[in-house]
This record gives sequence, structure tokens and C-alpha cells, in this order.
Amino acid sequence: MNKISSIKDLEEKANLIRLSIIDMLNKAGSGHPGGSLSIADIIAVLYFNEMNHDPSRPHWENRDRMILSKGHACPALYAALAESGYFEKSELATLRRMGSRLQGHPGRDKKLPGIEVSTGSLGHGLSIANGVAIAGKMDKADFRVYCIMGDGEIEEGQIWEAAMTAPHYKLDNLCAIVDNNDLQIDGHVSEVMNPYPIDSKFESFGWNVININGHDIEAILNAFADAKKVTGKPTVIVAKTIKGKGVSFMENEACWHGKAPSGELTECAVDELKACLED
Amino acid sequence: MELNKKPTRDGFGEGLVVLGEKYSNVVVLSADLTDSTRANWFREKFPDRFISMGIAEQDAVGTAAGLALCGKIPIFATFSIFASGRAWEQVRTTICYSNLNVKIGGSHSGISVGADGPTHQALEEIALMRVIPRMTVICPADYVETKKATIASVESCDGPCYIRFGRAAVPVLTREDDPFIIGKANELRSGDDITIIACGAMTYEALKAARTLEEKGVEARVLNLHTIKPIDTEQIIKAAKETGAILTVEEHQLMGGMGSAVAEVVVRNCPVPMDFIGINDVFGESGSPDKLMEFFGLTANNIVDKALGLLKLKG
Repeated sequence: MNKISSIKDLEEKANLIRLSIIDMLNKAGSGHPGGSLSIADIIAVLYFNEMNHDPSRPHWENRDRMILSKGHACPALYAALAESGYFEKSELATLRRMGSRLQGHPGRDKKLPGIEVSTGSLGHGLSIANGVAIAGKMDKADFRVYCIMGDGEIEEGQIWEAAMTAPHYKLDNLCAIVDNNDLQIDGHVSEVMNPYPIDSKFESFGWNVININGHDIEAILNAFADAKKVTGKPTVIVAKTIKGKGVSFMENEACWHGKAPSGELTECAVDELKACLED
Repeated sequence: MELNKKPTRDGFGEGLVVLGEKYSNVVVLSADLTDSTRANWFREKFPDRFISMGIAEQDAVGTAAGLALCGKIPIFATFSIFASGRAWEQVRTTICYSNLNVKIGGSHSGISVGADGPTHQALEEIALMRVIPRMTVICPADYVETKKATIASVESCDGPCYIRFGRAAVPVLTREDDPFIIGKANELRSGDDITIIACGAMTYEALKAARTLEEKGVEARVLNLHTIKPIDTEQIIKAAKETGAILTVEEHQLMGGMGSAVAEVVVRNCPVPMDFIGINDVFGESGSPDKLMEFFGLTANNIVDKALGLLKLKG
């Protein structure tokens, strides 16, 4: 897969992903826009710059793997996979429909190219990523593993079991990302069940921690590059993001966690994103 | 009929070593109970393929999934209650929904765990595991069969598989050259008056009961239903038709267990009088295994009594 290095071009990819998310959710009539939009920039950098992958060979042994632990944000992933060429973009319109390979949360058994594993039950993904990373170490393979978690998701106990495992096995081939958009269904994460401080928690577990603005493409690129230089421990990027980023009426609104825009609101969102694309 | 006794977990440990020698992609994960489950025998021979997970079963199941995604065949060994209960949703969603080739060895099942008491006596795993789509569930009768089941879980099963076995030494009633095919029950004794279907450590008690019944003029067929899922529908229907009464015997809760699985087959295909022996909706307690089995009605004598009662219901 050719890597895009221009920041402007990566921003454009992120915007295309955002447009696809809105379009998909509008057609599906349900889904999770807020947390999909907040990871669009990170996903764009992963699939169009950072990861070694080949859409024509989704099972290529040495591919980098991405485990979307916050599986509800799969519209962002589906959009990036289609944009990369794993499948036709027209299939995005089938999201959440009966018989679709694009399940409401990623389903491995539907065999959508590019989907590594079923996720969506929160808290599972980091353990899975650890297993992939351990297998990579055992086989002396040089692929890397990425895992995107939500900041609400890290309230799950299993995440901290896995957070203990990754440094224990010195998984420097693993780079986790916490999408720190500050909101979960019931409200602000600090009010629902305060996960802060996220960075020093991971640090005390033995992780290399990088704090960034998760919408700053250059910062995301640099964080991934820095993570690769660290040996002997895993890296977690705590990405400060805005839930609903790119669609003004959704930004920082918990109510847009799990409902789809329709009618006029869809048009507003699309207009706003298209204007951004033209700038 | 005095037979040698050996713990089923020894069969699991030996099976792991056989698999380790044959397949370089077999890896074992353990949640701190490595000596207890006999996974230490694998660790001694293949330290590079042994992964210590600490006391963290949910993480262990997820890690096993990741290993399976990369072509490893992970076998996760721990106590049955934690493997099936603590990590149930991880087993369901990450392993089975993703359809991954992960094996789970659940040791220390049943009340025969003994003195550790109800917290550690798993009596629910057959129900918990068989309800999950794609899961194969095996409950072998003795040491020899546990070894075969462990090997077969890798060689003859390409997806998720749960093997349930125990802590205590139990009589070795099967032989090395007996066939073991996942999904095919073994007829241990022929008979046409009634069929006793057993699994796990209760299989020996079922055989003992059949001998007592013979003295009373009752010819009991005994089926060793080592695989609970996929269930051997053919043999169960045949037994129902030919013997007209079925008694199931398991060291497990009655609700949702092996007996329930058999009843699902019988009711649909060939309804005949049935009865069930198992744990009747209560928790176990501390004690010696033998005394507990007696207290909870899991002995040959209990089987004989229930069988005689059931025969009266035959038309």
C-alpha cells in the first residue's frame, strides 16, 4: 500500500472518512457517529501512512494489524478499509442491514476483508492485541500491532489485566491508542467513572506514554514514529480528541454517541465536511 | 471391579506434551494454577511456548484469541469455574463469535474438588459452554480418555473446544486402544431394559450400577457420552428406541447440563421416560470427595435406585 506523507492529503483522507461515516449512518438509520468521528484522523494516519498493509492481500502474514477495541466506532474503520480498496465503497451503504458483511460491530465471521477479529464488547481488544504481539515475538516477525480503545472503555477491568501483560512481555511491537474524547453514554467520563489520570496510570504499569492532540495529523505521525523507536516496552498514545469532531452540532455532545443523523441534519453535516474538504 | 485410579488432569498434562511434540504451533496459557492443571509438564518441555498469564482469566482468553489469529493453537489451562465462568463473555464473543481455534482445559470441575468448597467446585460449565454457538464440549470419563480428548481437541476439531475434567484420582476404565471420536458416544455395556448415559467421573459409577442391576435381573445399557456437544443424536435415539427408558448421570447441575442435552434429543425424536442424576440446584460444600459424592447422591447406589424407579414408568 502506497503511503501518503503529505499532511494535507492525510487530512483530506480523514475528511473523506468522516463524510462516509455520516453517509453510512444516515442510510443505516442507527450507529455511533461521535466516537467514529473522533478517531477519523488517527484511522486515516494508520491506514494511509503508518501501517504496512496490502488491501489485495488481507491475510498477508507480515501485515501490521489493527484491533479496534472500541468496536462501535467501526464506521470509521469500514470507511478507511473501503477507501484503501479492501472492498467496493458501494458496500458501505449496507451497514447494519440483514445479510451485510458490515455488522453493527465488527464480526470476523462475516469475512469482510480487513476485519481482523470480532470486537464491540468493550474491554476485550487490548488482550487480543497482546496475543497477536506475543505471536509476532515468538515468530520473530516484524509486523506491528495497533489497538484503539475508548476512554470510557478503559473503565473495564480486563483492560488493566492486559495493561499489565503487555509490559510484562516487553511488547514493543504494540502501540495502543486511547481515544480520549472525554465522553461516554452517560456523560463525562470523569463523572461516570473517572479514568483520569490516564497517562500516569499506564506509565505506572510500565508503558511508554505519549500525549497528543488526536486531531493534529503531524502529531499523530510523530507519535507513531516515536513509538517505533522505543524498545522493551509497549507504547500507548493518549490522544485528546473531540467526540463528534468535524460536525459542529455533534461536537462534545454525549447524545451523539449512539444515534444517526437524518434529513436536514445529515445535509448540514455533509455541507460542513465538504466545505472543510474544499478549504 | 477394582481398577487403577489416576487423576483426569494427568491425562490433560500428558496430552499437552504429546501435542507440544507433534505441533510447533501449539502454545499453552496458564493462569497461575500451572502445577494443579498439569500444564507444568508442557512448561518443562516447551518453556518458549508456555505463556504465564497471572491470575487474569479474561485477559488470558483474549490473549489466546490473538495468538490464534496468528496461526497458533492456544490451549488455556485453569480451573474450570474460572475458565468457563469468570471469562464466559470473553469465550463467547472473542473466541466463539470470532470462530477462533482456541482450546480450553477446565480442571477441578465438580464437587469432587473436595475440601476447597463451593467457590472452586464448578457445577455449571457444561451448561455455560454448550449454549455458545460453535463450541465443542467434552467431558472425558477417565485419565486415558482425557489424554485422548486433549489430543483430539487439536487434531479433530478446528474451532473452539472446552474440555472438562477433575482433580481427584478416578478409576481408569477405558483402554488405550478404545476408539475416541469427538461426537460419538461409546457403548460400554449392552442391555435392552434401560440406558444409563453418563459422562466424566460418573461413568464408572454408572458401570458399577449396571452390575448391581444385572444381579436384580435388569440389563442396563451404559453409554459414555464423553462429547456433550456436538451430541451423538444417533446413539441416543437408538437407545431410546431399543431400551425405552433413559437415565442420565453427571457431576453437574441438572439444569442445562448433559441430562438436559440428552432430553432435548429424546423429546424431539423419540420421547421415552427419563430421569436425571446430578446436582439439584444447590451449591456444593467442603468435604472429602467420596463423602461429598455420597451426600449429593452421586453414587452407584443412587443410580440403581433411580433406575429401578424409572423402570416402573416404562410402558
